[in-house]
Amino acid sequence: MSANGSYVIDDKERGIFLLDRSVHVSEDILRDEMRKIFAKCWIYVGHASEVKNPGDFVTRKVAGRPIIFVRDQKGQVRCLFNTCRHRGSVVSTERCGNARRFMCVYHGWSYGNDGSLARVPSEEAYTAAFDKGDLGLKTPARFEGYKDFWFMNLDPDAQPLVDYLGKATEYMDLVVDQSPSGKMEVLPGTQEYDVAANWKLMVENSVDDYHLPTTHSTWLNFMKNSGVVMEPPKGAGMVLPTKGLAIDLGNGHFTTDNVNFRGRPVAAWIPLYGEAAKEEMAAIRAELVERLGADRAKRVADTNRNLVVFPNLVINDGSSVTIRTFFPNGVDKMHVTAWALGPVEESESARARRLDAFLTFYGPGGFATPDDVEALEMVQKGLANWQDDRWSEMSRGMGHEDGEQLNSDEFHLRLFWRKWNAMMGEQA
Amino acid sequence: MSPVTRAEVEDFLYMEADLLDNWKLAEWEALLTDDAGYYIPANDDPQGDHRKSLFIIADDRERIHQRIIRVMDPNCHAEFPKSHLSRIVGNVRILSQDGEFVTVASTFVVHRYRRYERMGEYVGAARHILKRDGDSFRIRERRVFLKSHELGSLGSVSFML
Repeated sequence: MSANGSYVIDDKERGIFLLDRSVHVSEDILRDEMRKIFAKCWIYVGHASEVKNPGDFVTRKVAGRPIIFVRDQKGQVRCLFNTCRHRGSVVSTERCGNARRFMCVYHGWSYGNDGSLARVPSEEAYTAAFDKGDLGLKTPARFEGYKDFWFMNLDPDAQPLVDYLGKATEYMDLVVDQSPSGKMEVLPGTQEYDVAANWKLMVENSVDDYHLPTTHSTWLNFMKNSGVVMEPPKGAGMVLPTKGLAIDLGNGHFTTDNVNFRGRPVAAWIPLYGEAAKEEMAAIRAELVERLGADRAKRVADTNRNLVVFPNLVINDGSSVTIRTFFPNGVDKMHVTAWALGPVEESESARARRLDAFLTFYGPGGFATPDDVEALEMVQKGLANWQDDRWSEMSRGMGHEDGEQLNSDEFHLRLFWRKWNAMMGEQA
Repeated sequence: MSPVTRAEVEDFLYMEADLLDNWKLAEWEALLTDDAGYYIPANDDPQGDHRKSLFIIADDRERIHQRIIRVMDPNCHAEFPKSHLSRIVGNVRILSQDGEFVTVASTFVVHRYRRYERMGEYVGAARHILKRDGDSFRIRERRVFLKSHELGSLGSVSFML
């Protein structure tokens, strides 16, 4: 930490930004993050399509909290703490399923799928003060959704979700606009893997387009082999074939926004998809133009966007659409969960193309993600020298902070760190 | 077609295991049919269809070729230096034989070491569809089912599992 209690040195005059490497290695900082970041921000829980029918549920850990994400009998999506009010056991041990009741295996207390306490074995043993009405499963202080993306907040005083998301909703809307009905769904099959690196390195990596030519040279080679011609970068400071920007969305959220150069299932054809796909993709594009008008259709179909909703939700709309979230599991380990997202009415062939395109880049067996994982793990190893080599250099593009910040600059990474630094500096 | 024996397919799977463990991927690729596929479903949807469900790997023949180019490239950072791999294949059974095609079930444990660390054991079952080729076989489909509930600390599948 610098002399003024900050984890960053943010010298706008000289155009230098440095980050204290202790943020990736300190146990004290991780404890602080759980309190000041994960217990204060809106944290992504799940997508309504994962629980389509009454009684559908999934269990997962969100910010270290075991929860049940469930649709109750009345159709309301809920988030329940997966902890029995009696003596504390988890009440659902299944990963997903459909249930009217969640029964604790310890003493048999059972709860409705709206969280209410339904049955206590031999209830007559309790006094009149025992009130089942007060003993439903607890819930996070706040639980709100935006266009089927549901988030929880442990802070009762938090601002409403839509206010928190702010301008990030514009970029969520661009993703949802792929669907003629405005309904997207999470597809079956979850990718879950650990990375031996601090969770914040994944935030950086998810939007850092500076690393693409080096980290992903084998992916670029694969694209070339599959007939995708990429022009060399033309502009000063550019590293990618097309111009892209990094955009501040406020509240610590940010996105990249660049003209597509790598093919998009909706709807920019590349030879990788095969000749047979051309006709259907032209029809998908025509529907976008018809429904959204030419300008917005172009944004939906011809731009790639990697969006970060502070602190740990990434929605990539590039080679395919991914939802990715990750939580710290110690200072030097994170747990990553990734899903594919697609329009509910998508044809079987378009769906297959979307899933195949996903695997060309993303995921633990993809042609790019494993090299990202490697890079982050190499960073974490290198940071073992942090006490004697204290500051990471993150000044790239500091001279551009005028609305023309490239996606290959570090402008958006600095936005994250400024927000994180400010929240960590607050008393909580 | 005369019936295929378990000993024949065992010999073939052990030979395949040796090629994969030792990164002899050009030789392994030569064992594939022209329409071969290589699939690893997501841990939580092992019976999924790769056209409807997100997989870890769903390669057609051309994608397998590109995967081999990628993993053998020194710029494939996830596999440079290469993992040391050692796999034990067992419980080999012939499930069915249909003309020149044989469906074979087996189980495996792949030990992976990297960066002077043990990266973990990949445990699961495989299903091969083999095609008779003279006195040996070629691989038409190779489907790998991971038993762990998630990849978790195994991290990536950057080698040929």
